[in-house]
Amino acid sequence: MSRDTLLWRVAPPILRSARRPQRVVERNAIVYRRTPMVLISGFFEPLFYLLSIRIGFGALVGDVDFAGRSIDYAEFVAPALMASSAMNGAVYDSTMNIFFKLRYSKTYDAMLASPLGAADVALGEIAWAMLRGFVYSISFLVCLAALGMAGSWWILASLPACLLIGLAFASVGMALTTYMRSWADFDWVPAITLPLFLFSATFYPLSSYGGLAWIVQLSPLYHGVALVRGASLGVASWGMFVHVGVLLALATVGLSVAARRVETLLLK
Amino acid sequence: MNVNEQPAIRAKSLTKKFGDFEAVRGIDVEVRPGESFGFLGPNGAGKSSTMRMIAGVSPVTSGTLEIFGLNPATHGSEIRNRLGVVPQADNLDGELTLLDNLIVYGRYFDIPRAECVERAKELLDFVQLSERSSGRVESLSGGMKRRLTIARGLMNRPEMFLLDEPTTGLDPQARHILWDRLYRLKQQGVTLVLTTHYMDEAEQLCDRLVVMDAGRIVAEGSPRELITRYSTREVLELRFGTGSNVEHEGRLLGVGNRLEVLADRVLVYADDGESALHEVHTRGLQPESSLVRRSSLEDVFLRLTGRSLEE
Ligand SMILES: Nc1ncnc2c1ncn2[C@@H]1O[C@H](COP(=O)(O)OP(=O)(O)OP(=O)(O)O)[C@@H](O)[C@H]1O
Ligand SMILES: [Mg+2]
Repeated sequence: MSRDTLLWRVAPPILRSARRPQRVVERNAIVYRRTPMVLISGFFEPLFYLLSIRIGFGALVGDVDFAGRSIDYAEFVAPALMASSAMNGAVYDSTMNIFFKLRYSKTYDAMLASPLGAADVALGEIAWAMLRGFVYSISFLVCLAALGMAGSWWILASLPACLLIGLAFASVGMALTTYMRSWADFDWVPAITLPLFLFSATFYPLSSYGGLAWIVQLSPLYHGVALVRGASLGVASWGMFVHVGVLLALATVGLSVAARRVETLLLK
Repeated sequence: MNVNEQPAIRAKSLTKKFGDFEAVRGIDVEVRPGESFGFLGPNGAGKSSTMRMIAGVSPVTSGTLEIFGLNPATHGSEIRNRLGVVPQADNLDGELTLLDNLIVYGRYFDIPRAECVERAKELLDFVQLSERSSGRVESLSGGMKRRLTIARGLMNRPEMFLLDEPTTGLDPQARHILWDRLYRLKQQGVTLVLTTHYMDEAEQLCDRLVVMDAGRIVAEGSPRELITRYSTREVLELRFGTGSNVEHEGRLLGVGNRLEVLADRVLVYADDGESALHEVHTRGLQPESSLVRRSSLEDVFLRLTGRSLEE
């Protein structure tokens, strides 16, 4: 990272000690070069959701009001599913995989004996998880297009939003993973991601939550869904800055905590 | 002062605590560039704890530590860039092939990829693992993993090579290949710092060494100096059969300069081993076997860290 960019100056001190996190990404790419199937496994889940909506669900529900216009239900839900798949991809990679490397495989011990530091490990792993989530998002987009559900070209604008979702969830995912003590603790992962998936204005608009809407807004995924939906429908609003801000803040906190924890766990 | 004249390692009252437990209790060490230096000591003496602090992967609890004149707390990355490390416990990358283990590790040092490939191949050759270069780490035997770890530590052509029990698990042939390489590195001016439980290795490789016990340095010097200072010229080894070594202790008192009773044998330290043996026979003792040999670092080690009768 160049030392005079704004991003550099606002980054927390621990992250500024990073030098070459890209080497960690490179290492992972070499590992997956040999087992590419693992990468596309996550592709099927959103595909099945899409199909279920396409085949029947959508027809039952009819149209939805969004930003002052009435849109097809499938068009309403598809961006939310895309946001969720970005979340899932990032969470898969930043939990179990990182836990294994942290507690069992000593991969990080070797990295830390080299010029790489804890911040490189955290940034590199999170970047990797984010990229993996992004692969899911792209495959999702391809499915949408194949099913004729892609809508306008605006849908491409939702890809950067998916990257941001991946970054936020990978950061928080890795940070939480450093606190896990055994594999059993991972039962908590779906216990968190499933309600997020269901109650982030994914399947119905925020207005339908009535007085509970503020709870929905606490969900990080809600902000991701709102961004992706707005982008893919070509609806911009000032609120988008809030969504971006929330996700960036989560990413920064997650990254810093993850780096600190790698330090305390491995540099004893 | 020229930067190159900085000591490779300078430690003052270096201390490492794990919770309340003090693993390293204020040691002073100075290693010159190009020197080969050894840490000896029984299990738990604090050798690895010290090595890890030197390697910049374990924060110093108190005291000062400078590597190449730099503080590992603030310049860890720069220091590690110039170090080669063979940790006591292998930490190879189980998800990568042998060749990729070396290449990826070289990339952590920002060495260009093509250069990494070239070095990796040369090093795999050196540790005689070329034929398995596309195999997985888990398919290797313990000694082969050790060899790969050693090769990995040389990927960045380090100025200082830290080896924590490098030859544990190596067969004699592999040990000699490593020793030869270490000699050559030393000739090229690389500083070597190692720990070992093999006294012959320490004698062969180290210009200077320290013996640690319970977190402290109990002796320091060249292998020769230590032998002269802490041992006699010769040693008489007596075996009285299992379990009966201890009971002969009393009747041996006064033979030679000093006695060391081990589980399997009694060591009599004497400048003249033959006359000590003669004395044993005159006292009417009949050991099952006896042997007179020159004193070695092992005797120094036993004296300093074991149970000795003279003191
Ligand atoms: N991470 C740790 N947490 C708590 N105690 C530790 C830790 N690492 C080492 N120790 C303790 O510190 C002491 C010194 O350990 P160290 O590994 O430095 O010994 P050593 O001299 O390398 O021994 P060995 O010859 O067995 O390798 C031991 O009592 C050990 O139990
Ligand atoms: Mg040790």
